[in-house]
Amino acid sequence: MGKSKKETPDLNASSTADIAFLLLVFFLVSTTMNSDTGLARMLPPLDPNQNNSDSPIIKERNIFKVQLNYQNQLLVEDEWMENVDMLRAKAKEFIANPMDLPTLPEKQEKEVEFFGTVRVSKGVISLQNDRGSQYQAYLKVQNELQAAYNELRNELAKVKFGQEFDKCTEEQQKAIKEIYPQKISEAEPKNYKK
Amino acid sequence: MAVIRKSSKGGNQKLNTSSLPDIVFMLLFFFMVSTSMKEVTMIVSVTLPKASEVTKIENKSLVSYIYVGEPMQKKKFGSEPRIQLNDSFATVDEIGNYILQERENMKESDRPKMTVSLKADAKIQMGTITDIKQALRKAQALKITYASTRDVKM
Repeated sequence: MGKSKKETPDLNASSTADIAFLLLVFFLVSTTMNSDTGLARMLPPLDPNQNNSDSPIIKERNIFKVQLNYQNQLLVEDEWMENVDMLRAKAKEFIANPMDLPTLPEKQEKEVEFFGTVRVSKGVISLQNDRGSQYQAYLKVQNELQAAYNELRNELAKVKFGQEFDKCTEEQQKAIKEIYPQKISEAEPKNYKK
Repeated sequence: MAVIRKSSKGGNQKLNTSSLPDIVFMLLFFFMVSTSMKEVTMIVSVTLPKASEVTKIENKSLVSYIYVGEPMQKKKFGSEPRIQLNDSFATVDEIGNYILQERENMKESDRPKMTVSLKADAKIQMGTITDIKQALRKAQALKITYASTRDVKM
């Protein structure tokens, strides 16, 4: 009688924790948490019957020419630029054209949600690079151009919505993107120097 | 009072650790689910360039990768920058097929959202990148990302 009342012997589970810890450490070490980050871009579609002659003609004042040569030197609007950091300010001035200067891009009136009628710049940034330029240098230029757009969008978001662009709602972001559309054209490759 | 004195007399009490394995297993499952194993074994060495304005790629299942860099085994394959697709070296001409294949493997609804992440070494020359870009344009894979690490100081 007394025997049947005895408890069933417990399995010693004290080592389960150790085993689980071991597995945990293995996963912690072997997996990489690195999230993919990068600069997102849209490539222009390839037109099969494209000739250079019938590519759309854009007025000189609407183009912001950025060229990078094989020595990673920068030519912006046909002027040497010693330091890449200066590109951001120049690009911002081009995109926004706050003084409506005749040398900077034209503007077109457009209906935008939240803002009403806004004059949107027609400017296009054209980026050309040599085959010999370094990838890091190229990406730095891309980064500065992106930064110019981001800063302008942020400024506008702060003035209009009182918060940063990233924190705005989707509709607000869309409206701002319409006012400052990202137009970076990566020109057809050219061989300047092999 | 009496009760407390009695129990303290019987040696130090043991902490109940029976729920410890459960907690650890929970952590374990979290890590197993949230992390992804490395997709490919790298045969080219890639040091990503730095940029400050990077954005995160939201959905990893929509991304195909192209690696560019110097081969890891320089004695065997030389130091000329090479393209890596999946687990092997490739030429620029093979990119078209690779993109087609990756697109086939995707859900039909996801195909227009396909992104190509270009993981290229910071030191390589733009010529290779330009060729790849042209190949991608031919393959109609227009959404690309220049993979780069975040560097706030820039």
